[in-house]
Amino acid sequence: MIKDSVDRFVADGYSFDARSALAQSDLGFSRENWRTFAGLGWLGIAFPEARGGFGGTAVETMILMEAFGKGLVLEPFVPAVVLGGSALAFGGTTSAHDQLLERLIEGELLLTLAYAEAGSRYEPSVVATRARRDGGDFVIDGGKRAVPYAAAADTFVVSVRTRGEVDEAQGISLVLIDRDAAGVSRRDYRTVDGQRASDLTFSGVRVPADAILGEIDSGLPLLERVLDYGLGALAAEAIGLMTFMQRTTLAYLKTREQFGVPIGSFQALQHRAVDMLIQLELARSICYYGTMALVEDADGRSRSKALSATKVQIARSGRYVGQQAIQLHGGIGMSEEYAVGHYFKRMSMLERALGDADYHLRRYVRLGREPAASAQPAALEELVSAGVG
Amino acid sequence: MDLTFTPEERAFRAEVRDFISAELPPATRAKMLAGDELTKDEYVVWQGRLNARGWLAPNWPAKYGGTNWSVVQKHIFDEELALGCAPRSIPFGVSMVAPVIIAFGNDAQKAHYLPRILSSEDWWCQGYSEAGAGSDLASLQTWAERDGDHYVINGTKTWITLAQYANMIFVLARTDRTVPKQKGISFILVDMTTPGVTVRPIVTIDGGHEINEVHLENVRVPVENLVGEEGKGWTYAKFLLEHERNGTAGVAGSFQLLELLKGMAAEQRSAGRRVLDDDRFAEKLAQVEIELTALSYAQLRSLAAESAGASPGPESSFIKITGTEIQQAITELMVDAGGYAALDPATHSAMWYFNFRKASIYAGSNEIQRNIIAKRILGL
Repeated sequence: MIKDSVDRFVADGYSFDARSALAQSDLGFSRENWRTFAGLGWLGIAFPEARGGFGGTAVETMILMEAFGKGLVLEPFVPAVVLGGSALAFGGTTSAHDQLLERLIEGELLLTLAYAEAGSRYEPSVVATRARRDGGDFVIDGGKRAVPYAAAADTFVVSVRTRGEVDEAQGISLVLIDRDAAGVSRRDYRTVDGQRASDLTFSGVRVPADAILGEIDSGLPLLERVLDYGLGALAAEAIGLMTFMQRTTLAYLKTREQFGVPIGSFQALQHRAVDMLIQLELARSICYYGTMALVEDADGRSRSKALSATKVQIARSGRYVGQQAIQLHGGIGMSEEYAVGHYFKRMSMLERALGDADYHLRRYVRLGREPAASAQPAALEELVSAGVG
Repeated sequence: MDLTFTPEERAFRAEVRDFISAELPPATRAKMLAGDELTKDEYVVWQGRLNARGWLAPNWPAKYGGTNWSVVQKHIFDEELALGCAPRSIPFGVSMVAPVIIAFGNDAQKAHYLPRILSSEDWWCQGYSEAGAGSDLASLQTWAERDGDHYVINGTKTWITLAQYANMIFVLARTDRTVPKQKGISFILVDMTTPGVTVRPIVTIDGGHEINEVHLENVRVPVENLVGEEGKGWTYAKFLLEHERNGTAGVAGSFQLLELLKGMAAEQRSAGRRVLDDDRFAEKLAQVEIELTALSYAQLRSLAAESAGASPGPESSFIKITGTEIQQAITELMVDAGGYAALDPATHSAMWYFNFRKASIYAGSNEIQRNIIAKRILGL
């Protein structure tokens, strides 16, 4: 049902022209669409009922994100709901946090996650932004980079160092900072894939102690968990992107004629088209694997290892499918007016969102050398029979 | 990662594991661990124990001796066999000719051959390729001429795995030269003790003797050994190949190969530490392991579709391509891990590498698989 409704939303409301107009608008997405998401229950779908959600899992997120990928949807579902919302759901400790989550689910509050810094690249345990105690408050100095949709977000979830050295795993905390708080400045920009991001600077930003999410000084496992949910959602978006590129390219191979025949009759291009399909199928399979690891959410190590594996395969497959989609289209693939190039650009930026293949390969190795076999086929069967396979 | 299996499935896993540890002969297990070749007897003994437990042919319909297992149970079973270092059952009987006999054979053939496959009384091999018919299998020239109630078969089949152990061969032979090449082929079961059958070994680049040439000279075969209809052999052959491709992907077996690789990389040292701990090597190994994880989920999706009623279709070509590419990547890392030790045949590391070059060639080369997918899945 959720698949039908999100597919319908994308088919009806997300033509390429409509999407291009949104990407050019001041905000970069549509508040009206966001209200639609809230009205259809999508913003709370994966959160527990006790927290005001609808009790779904990462499977529902996956279904939504795949459709969003197919439509190249711009609304900030991952930063606001999957990252920001998960930080509140997993790390919220006060009734004020609960209320924020409720407002997020109702569509009245936008969040984003600010974890990357100029010196950290993809590594969440490297945090130079400092929060020092001052009476009952914390005072924060530092900065974050490439924060998605920060200009539109009401509140940021920010990783800060409350103790220790820059690259220590201990001493990291997650803190809520309002966009308009004194001492917050932003440099906003449109990203190369048509989305929005900001670099943030914090100069003596003062927040109360209850702005801390989760345990003080021990925020890294919470942050890693939140990032893993983000990785799962991005993997599903990538499946949507790849599916669009694969289908569009295949259709082009069947209709474009050169030398008096459809170019899809040439074996060199056929084998490329087959390899695109194979990469898409491998990517979809690992996406299920990663999603199941989130549904299970056993120990952090197993979960993170599975999601790193997911990102490695997604990035590898996505790069291949995207590059071939451009190549097999020939000149038209290079045209700004043609949709495929925009999917390619989104895929290329998604590759590095929350860590690229090199980062996650190293993380996977670090997290252990035991075989990644045997996951959860029982749950997978349900998933396949639910029609998403 | 076991948590989402049901309690029944976890109990089943324990049952399979217990069975393997009780029944798998330690010498066989040791050979598997070391990557040594098994003898015929070792295969037969192990298949006999599986059969005694009723587990030799999980994929057959229950009335012929199948297990009625769910997709999940089959997956658990394969995984436990791999984890327990148990040999694969020889596929030519159980997984290849038997599905064809079950689908297209007559009652007498089912009654005669299926029990003999289960008891390992018959060891089958596959008579498909010829010198002039490799990727273009349908151009095969082996000729079966009707003579009363016999066929008289002449021709030479090649690349036949473990024919030296076999007493039965299923042969694709031409029975009509007047029709288009795919329509003149028949699927015939041949007893290799019949006069006129000779087997010649072919030694491969790894120094092993796995494959053979089988020469058929005026071999008289009763017409009741024809499976299905005369001239429909090509259809049956494709049916078999699709079963074969899912099997040849060897996902569980690749997890076994990966363990073997890790063992080799742990034995070799470079600049004072294990090759296994070298960052560059570890990342290459991780890359393969991740792709294998993706493939194992792809195979589960395919099995789930199959259990929902679809027969294995062209997507088995995709599993074959990726599965064999992964096997080759693993064995390539074996020779890399070996360093100078790879020069010594006793370490096996180069032998695995050489041997597995076959994987992207047999059962329809990976290029042919891409042609199949382009035509039948993509519609190009």
